[in-house]
Amino acid sequence: MIALLARDLRLAIRAGGGFGLGLAFFLIVVTLVPFGVGPQGEILARIASGILWLGALLACLLSLDRIFALDFEDGSLDLLATAPIPLEAVVTIKALAHWITTGLPLVLAAPLFAVLLHLPGPAYLWLEVSLLLGTPALSVLGTFGAALTVGLKRGGLLLSLLVLPLYVPTLIFGAELVRRGAEGMAIEVPLTMLAGITAATVALVPFASAAAIRVNLR
Amino acid sequence: MMPEFGKYTVTILGSWGATLALLAGLILVTLMRGAKVKRALKAQEERMKTDG
Amino acid sequence: MSIWEYANPVKFMQTSGWLLPWVVGATVLTLVPGLVWGFFFTPVAAEFGATVKVIYVHVPAATLAINIWVMMLVASLIWLIRRHHVSALAAKAAAPIGMVMTLIALITGAFWGQPMWGTWWEWDPRLTSFLILFLFYLGYMALWEAIENPDTAADLTGVLCLVGSVFAVLSRYAAIFWNQGLHQGSTLSLDKEQHIADVYWQPLVLSIGGFGMLFVTLLLLRTRTEIRSRRLKALEQRERMA
Repeated sequence: MIALLARDLRLAIRAGGGFGLGLAFFLIVVTLVPFGVGPQGEILARIASGILWLGALLACLLSLDRIFALDFEDGSLDLLATAPIPLEAVVTIKALAHWITTGLPLVLAAPLFAVLLHLPGPAYLWLEVSLLLGTPALSVLGTFGAALTVGLKRGGLLLSLLVLPLYVPTLIFGAELVRRGAEGMAIEVPLTMLAGITAATVALVPFASAAAIRVNLR
Repeated sequence: MMPEFGKYTVTILGSWGATLALLAGLILVTLMRGAKVKRALKAQEERMKTDG
Repeated sequence: MSIWEYANPVKFMQTSGWLLPWVVGATVLTLVPGLVWGFFFTPVAAEFGATVKVIYVHVPAATLAINIWVMMLVASLIWLIRRHHVSALAAKAAAPIGMVMTLIALITGAFWGQPMWGTWWEWDPRLTSFLILFLFYLGYMALWEAIENPDTAADLTGVLCLVGSVFAVLSRYAAIFWNQGLHQGSTLSLDKEQHIADVYWQPLVLSIGGFGMLFVTLLLLRTRTEIRSRRLKALEQRERMA
């Protein structure tokens, strides 16, 4: 399993853009938003948490279609499916690799981008916490969408349509956590809900993804 | 015959109109596709019968 | 070919063909009086003015929009567990009906909200949930369209329906948490005292019944079409092989 993780990470880095592309996209979103809504600091500060979360969502979406597509084309997915480790574990590892290459860099870079958007001071901690708790769920749900569309020629747009509605609860609680943190309100409810959704997603959705892959390999 | 809606005429006629139009569209599409598939299936079955 | 592939659709076609005229009759007998009663012969409510008449299309459509998804969930489960082809096709046939119902609920709600809340759209939890439900219907239908092999499509959409159901419910509660709403509570509930008067309630129940019968009619028609279309494809394939 560790070998598989290492292999996926190596492939992502060697393919170029694994780390960089998502981050660059995130930066572009953050740069474009002030052009769209105007440069006033107080407006930006109010919408900063939402923009950062949306940027993370979209950056995560960018690399989803590659999670299984390459392995499906060259047949290594068939090998993985018949390998001694269960397919659910393979899916989880793939999600972890995706998270390390896209989610984790976003979590690390988010405070820098937050500066550009005038995020209020107390919110930084909660931005980090919410992204750290929320982005794993995005990656795992992403593997589910990628598993559904793996056999399709032009699955990219469909993938977004399938995955984005599944991101709604994570987005709501994640952005709400930052907003409440910024205003110094009670954060227990969104914090626990966000963590709960991520935990349940990570625990259960790999079974659905593995089932979808088995159907596609049939 | 027409009931009086006062200032809510647009609200009521609009929502009822939209509902009936959408339902009519759905029924029409269902019937048309049904007829088309039925015809195609019949043609196919005939052809396969004659072909052997 | 196993016996399920052929025998059951045939039986379904026979039964549904026999049932169809009756269902159409029941639809006409409930939907038309329900709507005519609601439109022409109901009094104007003191609180809402004449806009109360919108509920005779809004509430039935909204009720069905949710229940059709539940029906699709059950049909998908039956397909995934029992491999019953008619079930998968029924789920496929139901999705566009559910989508139209969701759209009707959203549009009539917008027309109603405009004079009552002073806005066409409000990010109220109920409205938001319906918008998300609409997106789920779109995604589900798009996945059916995208996949060539019918059995693969049935399996994958079935799994999507299961996961989607969980997340639709989650989104609903997340949305309630996110923004307390303007929308009034359920118009009809069984456990509470009836809170709308009989003059509104009776035609409303008739309308809901009418919409429900319309759904059954359309569902039968569309499922029959799907079965025929599947058979057509199979025949074409056999012809090409020969």
